[in-house]
Amino acid sequence: MEKKTYERPIIKPLNSGLMNKFGTRTEYTPKTHIDGVKVKDLLAEFGSPLFVMSEDKIRQNIQSAQRIFETRYPKVQFAWSYKTNYLNAVCNVFHQEGSWGEVVSMFEYNKALKNGVPADKILFNGPDKTDDDLKTAVKNDSPIHIDHLDELYRLIEISDEMHIKPRVAIRVNMDTGIYPMWDRFGFNYENGEAWDAINKIMATDKLNLIGLHCHIGTFMLTPSAYGVAASKLSALALNIKKRYDKVITYIDMGGGFASKNTLKGSYQLGTDAVPDIEEYAEQITSSILNAGFETDELPYLYLETGRALVDDAGFLLGSVISNKRLSDGRRSTILDFGVNILFTAFWYDHKISPAQEFSQYTEDTVLYGPLCMNIDVVRENVSMPPLNAGDNVVVHYVGAYNITQSMQFISLRPAVVMIDTKGKPHKIKSSETLEDVEKNELLPTHLNKFEL
Amino acid sequence: MKIRKNVAVSDSGFLFNPLTGDSFSVNPIGQTIISSFKENKPESEILENILEEYRVDKNTAEKDLNDFKRMLENYKLID
Ligand SMILES: Cc1ncc(COP(=O)(O)O)c(C=O)c1O
Repeated sequence: MEKKTYERPIIKPLNSGLMNKFGTRTEYTPKTHIDGVKVKDLLAEFGSPLFVMSEDKIRQNIQSAQRIFETRYPKVQFAWSYKTNYLNAVCNVFHQEGSWGEVVSMFEYNKALKNGVPADKILFNGPDKTDDDLKTAVKNDSPIHIDHLDELYRLIEISDEMHIKPRVAIRVNMDTGIYPMWDRFGFNYENGEAWDAINKIMATDKLNLIGLHCHIGTFMLTPSAYGVAASKLSALALNIKKRYDKVITYIDMGGGFASKNTLKGSYQLGTDAVPDIEEYAEQITSSILNAGFETDELPYLYLETGRALVDDAGFLLGSVISNKRLSDGRRSTILDFGVNILFTAFWYDHKISPAQEFSQYTEDTVLYGPLCMNIDVVRENVSMPPLNAGDNVVVHYVGAYNITQSMQFISLRPAVVMIDTKGKPHKIKSSETLEDVEKNELLPTHLNKFEL
Repeated sequence: MKIRKNVAVSDSGFLFNPLTGDSFSVNPIGQTIISSFKENKPESEILENILEEYRVDKNTAEKDLNDFKRMLENYKLID
């Protein structure tokens, strides 16, 4: 058979010319499906706006983070940071993947217990632990991360009263070369406060010092800061061993790895600018491995990673209410969700995609929420294709801190759906009702009636 | 090499990625390559088929195949 004339394989985009100011087109591709489920179907079934969590993505994230750390270090334990997203369905996906719980209040502590996390696998952080909270944690043998001296002294007294030796860690803050330095939590390393607290604990014999904890900040873009922090905690642990012959069980590096969002004012898209988890892992694990621990005395590495594990597993779906032309000629689009449920709009320039096909023309647009408040800006300046009333949009990377920090303000909070690993949506939180919101209100009888 | 499972190629060489909404035009040899990837054929076999069907030397074909693969990746058509 005669061979055909050769032409090299060619693929050519048909909708070229859609460059945005960052030089990428991804923001302008429609997001029509999430995990195989049509965005329009989700909105039709569960209403608009709607939060959607991807179970598959959460599992991928935690499995990948575990792999990244476990291939570099032999003893790794993740603890799910409840405040990041404490919907029970979300927490339980993490617990099924082996994560313990990390809490900063009795409310979160009780939530973790109720979810079935064994009390000795709940790390109790935070500056606000009442006497009752401390006693509960002591009775349950939960590791208590001491934040300040008052708590330390109080715990010594409680230990005396209860005849139990609580398992404790101290939270350490330090200079890692990052500003602002988070020095309001825990005991300072450089000025000797941390070492004083350790001496105090070792001198009383009332507390069992098992760990050292730090959380150097959040959305940290400099992995080397973790290397510094891990070295300093390791130095403390080795000093404790030398001085008191006491082996510290764990070093807890807290959270703070950046998610894929774009910080306001950043010139690079978050997806391009943020370090990979590998970079943080490399810093942390090599610092500990090189610190000089005996092999059989290597501490466990605990991680309380929050946003980096859940942000990109969450989407906010919403609808266009209307378009307006502002007095300066800019287009503005009003959406049915605002900063009441998208708290992180204050920090991030969220990636927002239309949920339907659109033409190649884009316009500079301001995206507003529906609240009658000037602060209710979802995106100050985004180049969007023309959206019509009734069109839908998808906000990306909203899985961290939005559901836990959302405000019931002016309107009711929306439902949350989780798409399971087989592509089936499950409602994991119903939308709020008037009854929910008024449940705790009391009306004095003299205010029962009025005439107008 | 795995083409995303929702990506559809028509006989006329029109390719649509429902995940991103992007559409592309592909020439016939490109179509054949994409179909072969969809059938999970190993690259060595794809290359052999090209050499059998077209008047082209191995080096050129291999270089072009690699370049094409890179473009598919670039357009996020590959998992
Ligand atoms: C003590 C502690 N651990 C973990 C986290 C989770 O942080 P991130 O979501 O930045 O990973 C926080 C959040 O502020 C925290 O305060």
